[in-house]
Amino acid sequence: MSAHELTTPAMRLDRLPRRRAVNRTMEVLAWLSATIGVGILAFVVYSVARRGWSELSLSLITKPPIPFSFTNAPQGLANAFAGTLVIVGLATVMALPVGILIAIYLNEFAPPSIRTGVGLALDVLAGVPAIVIGIFVYGLLVVGGGGQSGIKAAFALSILMLPFVSRTTIEVLGLVPNSLREASLGLGIPQWRTTLSIVLPRAIGGILTGTVLAVARVAGETAPLLFTSSLVGPRTSWNPTHALQTVPLSIFELSESPNPKDHARAWAAAFVLLVFILVASLTARWLATRNARKIAGR
Amino acid sequence: MASIDATNDATRRPFEGRRVHLGDVLLKGVAGAAAAGGVALVGLIAWKVIDGARPSIAKYGIAFVWHIAWNPVPGHEIYGAASFLFGTAITSFFALLLAAPLAMGIALFLTELAPRGLQALVTALVEMLAAVPSVVIGLWGILVLGPQLRIHIEPWLHSALGFIPLFGPPSAAGASIFTAVIVLAIMILPIVSSISRELFLGVPHELKEGALALGTTRWEMIRGVVFPYARGGIAAALILGLGRAMGEAIAVTQVIGGGVFIHWSLFSQGDTLASKIAAEYQGATSNLDVASLIYLGVILLALSLVANIAAQYIVRSVARKHGVTRGGHA
Repeated sequence: MSAHELTTPAMRLDRLPRRRAVNRTMEVLAWLSATIGVGILAFVVYSVARRGWSELSLSLITKPPIPFSFTNAPQGLANAFAGTLVIVGLATVMALPVGILIAIYLNEFAPPSIRTGVGLALDVLAGVPAIVIGIFVYGLLVVGGGGQSGIKAAFALSILMLPFVSRTTIEVLGLVPNSLREASLGLGIPQWRTTLSIVLPRAIGGILTGTVLAVARVAGETAPLLFTSSLVGPRTSWNPTHALQTVPLSIFELSESPNPKDHARAWAAAFVLLVFILVASLTARWLATRNARKIAGR
Repeated sequence: MASIDATNDATRRPFEGRRVHLGDVLLKGVAGAAAAGGVALVGLIAWKVIDGARPSIAKYGIAFVWHIAWNPVPGHEIYGAASFLFGTAITSFFALLLAAPLAMGIALFLTELAPRGLQALVTALVEMLAAVPSVVIGLWGILVLGPQLRIHIEPWLHSALGFIPLFGPPSAAGASIFTAVIVLAIMILPIVSSISRELFLGVPHELKEGALALGTTRWEMIRGVVFPYARGGIAAALILGLGRAMGEAIAVTQVIGGGVFIHWSLFSQGDTLASKIAAEYQGATSNLDVASLIYLGVILLALSLVANIAAQYIVRSVARKHGVTRGGHA
């Protein structure tokens, strides 16, 4: 079909100026698309930075908010930053071992048919909307089990991290040369030791990169927290058995407030969150290109 | 621990004629259980979400899907999903309509046009756009983009194209479906463009060079070789983008304004399945209200499962056709 298209009158030399003009137009449009794409990022980052920078102060992370007041006393979102640290930390602790184990099973043990099957399930899990994950954890743990808590929120976030951690780990394990496994097995070392002491250490850099990316991704996730850790007071707490305030949820609530002071704090929190996420993604990306070369032994 | 006869086993399959190590069984068992747990989780999510919607499913059945009315006031309670389904359909369709050509343009720029240095930079920047949290895009949408659109773009489109029902009079409240469309387009742009970029990179050089050697211009080569070769993958990328747009709750809730009605004007307020759940879950008054909101979640889950499985199916059959083995993209 493509061969047929290529020999149609479009090829005629007498229409060359027209064909060149079309080609030129398309090239300009592609350049324009790239400019728009980068421009959108610049516009968003600039908006957040301009409004967030001026509001940035130490009290943002050290002072709790003062609810329902128009006072001028310095107030911050200390409770939200503490809660996000606890919840995202716990989520990582939950998702990381399971994600790595799934990847080990798929890459080192599973027959091809199971590999495809589980791989499909992971992709489907990754496509489940975050808000549905929130409803799921709400129905599973919150309704009958003593209400909201930081742990339940962490569980919800860990479900979002899981396919991501598994996918990146599978990719990194796939980069480890087979000759390493064969050499180890050939020396009579059993497969479990080969996997844990030879293959996994080689891949650890890549797994860490994937983890950083997964953390960056869920640190800004809001929808699941709405169901699992949203009914909170202004007090700063580190106790994950109670509901904890979080940075994304604070931004969400403050953005819908009519008070411009609240908007200012939302911008400042968004700025901190955005800087954290962009720096984490950039670092991970930089590490990833370095690692891929190292793992494959090139 | 290794037995001596293991040296003879190099060509045999593991476990065949070799001593079974406890460690092997344990690691395989634990890792296998984790994998089984991951698969079971998908089923558990579906079951638990349907379970939560049960009171509403029992009361309304499938008719919930095409009933428009939604009234949580006690005594007058009635719930239906149609207006939110319509909102989801219209926002994600137009978001895709905006994002798709832009994403193709970016992917073509990155694979065919960009100078080397710019290529890495623009790829990284587009991926950074994907990393911006939805709540930050929503904040930007409600406080920066929304007012800009309302003051400058919407009145202009209305006066120029007002005869089309889509471009009705701008709403005074500031929130609009149009803002949600643009916010969603921004969110799916990096996904569609990065998958398309990988697809275009996978087009064999011989084919492209062959076309150019026949005297085609670069655009004719793209139309005749790159697009047909990547067609299936592009469809999958678009479906994944659509799935993402349908499922986005927070950013849409922030900018769309809410409301229960079906209308064609992009400049009025509206609601989607996801934004309705996010906006009203905390204020839900009765069990039936909660169950009906969760019923919306069931519909959302079903839509996203269909979209994802379809996309993965296309990705896998395309991979088989082109003889490459690669995983799908989340």
